[in-house]
Amino acid sequence: MRGAKSAKWVTGAIIVALAATACGGGKDDNAGGAGAVDPNGIFTTDLGEPEKLLYTGDTMESNGAGVMKAVYSNLVGYKADGSLEMLNAESLTTTDSKKWTVKLKAGWTFHDGTPVTSKSYVDAWNWNASLKNAMGLSSWFSDIVGYDKVHPDAEGAKQTAETLAGLKVVDDTTFTIELTQPVPYFGHKLAYTPFAPLAASFYANPKAAAEKPVGNGPYKFKSWDHKKQIEIVRFDAYKGPNKAKNGGVIFKNYTTLETAYEDLKSGNLDVIRQIGPKDLPVYHDDLGDRAVDADHAAIQSIGVAFYAEQWKKPKKVDVRVIQGLSMAIDRATITKTVLQGTREPATGWVPKGILGYQENAAGDVTKYDPAKAKDLIKAGGGVPGNKIFIQFNADGGHKEWVDAVCNSITQATSVACVGDSKTDFQADLTARKEKQVKSLYRSAWSLDYPVNSNFIKDLFHTNAAGNQGDFSVKELDAKIEAADSAASLEQSVKQYQAVEKELVKYMPSIPLWYYKVNAGYSEKVSGVTYGQDGDPILDTVEVKK
Amino acid sequence: MGRYVARRLLQMIPVFLGTTLLIFLMVHSLPGDPVLAMFGDKGADPATIAAKRHELGLDKPEWQQYLLYMRDMLLHADFGTQIRNGLPVTEVLGDAFPITLQLAALAFAIELIFGIGLGIIGGLRAGRMADNMILVFTLLIISIPVFVLGFIIKMVFAFNLGWIKPNVSPVPAWDELIAPAIVLGGLSLAYVARLTRTSMAENLRADYMRTAVAKGLPRRRVIGVHLMRNSMIPVITFLGTDIGALMGGAIVTESIFNIKGVGGVIAESISRREGATLVGLVTILVIVYLVTSLLIDLLYAVLDPRIRYA
Repeated sequence: MRGAKSAKWVTGAIIVALAATACGGGKDDNAGGAGAVDPNGIFTTDLGEPEKLLYTGDTMESNGAGVMKAVYSNLVGYKADGSLEMLNAESLTTTDSKKWTVKLKAGWTFHDGTPVTSKSYVDAWNWNASLKNAMGLSSWFSDIVGYDKVHPDAEGAKQTAETLAGLKVVDDTTFTIELTQPVPYFGHKLAYTPFAPLAASFYANPKAAAEKPVGNGPYKFKSWDHKKQIEIVRFDAYKGPNKAKNGGVIFKNYTTLETAYEDLKSGNLDVIRQIGPKDLPVYHDDLGDRAVDADHAAIQSIGVAFYAEQWKKPKKVDVRVIQGLSMAIDRATITKTVLQGTREPATGWVPKGILGYQENAAGDVTKYDPAKAKDLIKAGGGVPGNKIFIQFNADGGHKEWVDAVCNSITQATSVACVGDSKTDFQADLTARKEKQVKSLYRSAWSLDYPVNSNFIKDLFHTNAAGNQGDFSVKELDAKIEAADSAASLEQSVKQYQAVEKELVKYMPSIPLWYYKVNAGYSEKVSGVTYGQDGDPILDTVEVKK
Repeated sequence: MGRYVARRLLQMIPVFLGTTLLIFLMVHSLPGDPVLAMFGDKGADPATIAAKRHELGLDKPEWQQYLLYMRDMLLHADFGTQIRNGLPVTEVLGDAFPITLQLAALAFAIELIFGIGLGIIGGLRAGRMADNMILVFTLLIISIPVFVLGFIIKMVFAFNLGWIKPNVSPVPAWDELIAPAIVLGGLSLAYVARLTRTSMAENLRADYMRTAVAKGLPRRRVIGVHLMRNSMIPVITFLGTDIGALMGGAIVTESIFNIKGVGGVIAESISRREGATLVGLVTILVIVYLVTSLLIDLLYAVLDPRIRYA
């Protein structure tokens, strides 16, 4: 009976395997009728696994940021038009854009019950700025006096101070910030995550705190089941203007946009952040008035690698060549067909929803005009080698539009154009960093703060981190610096508007299109809106009973 | 036999070292820098990048990194930490493996029961109606790509009939895993059925079968013991290697049904250059393969006593 014995073995093994993994799952049933709002209702939204632990100074990708915005409340926030709104700050004042005084609203507490004081801010900023902690967003503190001591930039340098000299605690609800030079839009920067306050418990064990952040925002962090879900619940003692109208949010993790959309359709998910390409043609039919089409303040453009031999030798490329290439791109058709209406043709370098957005800032350069494109390229001496490459990462779904842009350019101007595909985003970044881009590269920028300087200075100033194509024009740098030291925010925005109009003369990049939010929500929720950053605004969502 | 097992176990050591080294080198030779990518489009200053690199031990030469990694793994069962989120790799694997194990076990059970069942029916009725139908059915399954099969199953059972949820919950219940398990086990099921069928049909004509029938043994015993035991050897071989494949693969199935298992972790670790995670995963998979193939080899003797181990 040896055969019988072996059969027993096999079934035995299966039973062991089954028992070992029988961890059973809880299923959530969402029963209830329509109509009345349940103020304690919890809804679900999709989110990828945050790439890193949730440090305020290191969370720069959208998955982590989505959670952080709900858990922390900064001094200020901003409204849909890009103007400021006071959150934790009672007031934010400056006379010269250089020395800023912050007054906090009294009585605010962290989720663990400890009070939010000026020290909570100053300590947090010092910690985030310190080179020792290697936070990815530390450069955000570089405007503040003493940053170069706390965080020297050069490789191998040692920090010589622990705290930023420009930060001074006056009393429990007042502190001052001194900047090395005037930054009229510094207030807007303060809305970004690295400027959030940290509770005293953070410093005892930063890593544990980054697993389970204790914030001061409208939502309390409840649990993080890695790669599965994150749960946050309403913080009842929250005193800010953006108090949550729901009981909490569960961020569910999805591997693809398509699976998230399927769950939305079948009622297992309430709010979705983005519709996948496959479902774009049908989502309006599927969701009816629950389908969302909103502006998203981000831009896709084609960066010019000015260091490339093609543009440098024998002489520097004539700007008319790049203008011509820009005019050879049929943005309207490509956004409608290849991109299925998920983008909107760009007419400048600053997208909508940003303070200082101006319609048609780039003038004619973004209009499709094959005849003029050909003339411009010819007048500029032609494209060296009559062939261009557009570098992109193959893992980001960019191939289709790069091909379309190339076709458009070739048809209009008979300049050969090839997509230069890098296997993934990492390889693409490395090639850009090491200056190996052959002629042009895909470049995208989404807002850090909704002021036009963010789309101009951070991309086109000679020393900007986002300037990866070695674009450098002295007069433009001077104008940017002048706009930066303007007396007031309004003045600065105006000066930047002038700079944007002038970019046409240099064409540091070819603007392609602005992003859009294509999303939707379930029948269970209402009041779903999306911010400039493309993420759903959580606190206004109402859950039906 | 004891010596044979010992020798096989010893053989595992170089295989284990070789595979981990290979994977380690492969990950490191991929273009792209994991630290650079942490900061994305907007970049970071050189000091921060250097500090991060140092913190993660990536500033050491590669051979040193490998030695340190192996030392921690062997001595402290420490698989390192993930570059981006600083989570211990053991925790990441501990989250992913149970789910994949659950899915693989179910898929394996399905392919075992239905594969062998269909194979027996086909083998005993070789050339007749039932056999032809099974051949057509398995051909159909083999020729449909996994993602198409997954999509069809979702379409029909989740959207049209509403019997199942389209996606599996974060912590899956057994009944939710049936649909993905069918998709995952489908292809192997067809192979198992065909292997069983052919091997049985062939052995039906063997001498020992004629002897068994001539001895006047009951049909149940002739088929159940004499025929089945001899016909199972190729099937068992296939099933053995398939366990490893089920555990490691399933990237497509897991992403179709949004299952948070090993497949997704592998795909993500490759794209993020998470060397430590990948080596950890592959190490465990290598062990799974080695152990199952040893078990299969030992099972041969149970099935066919003529096979001896030296």
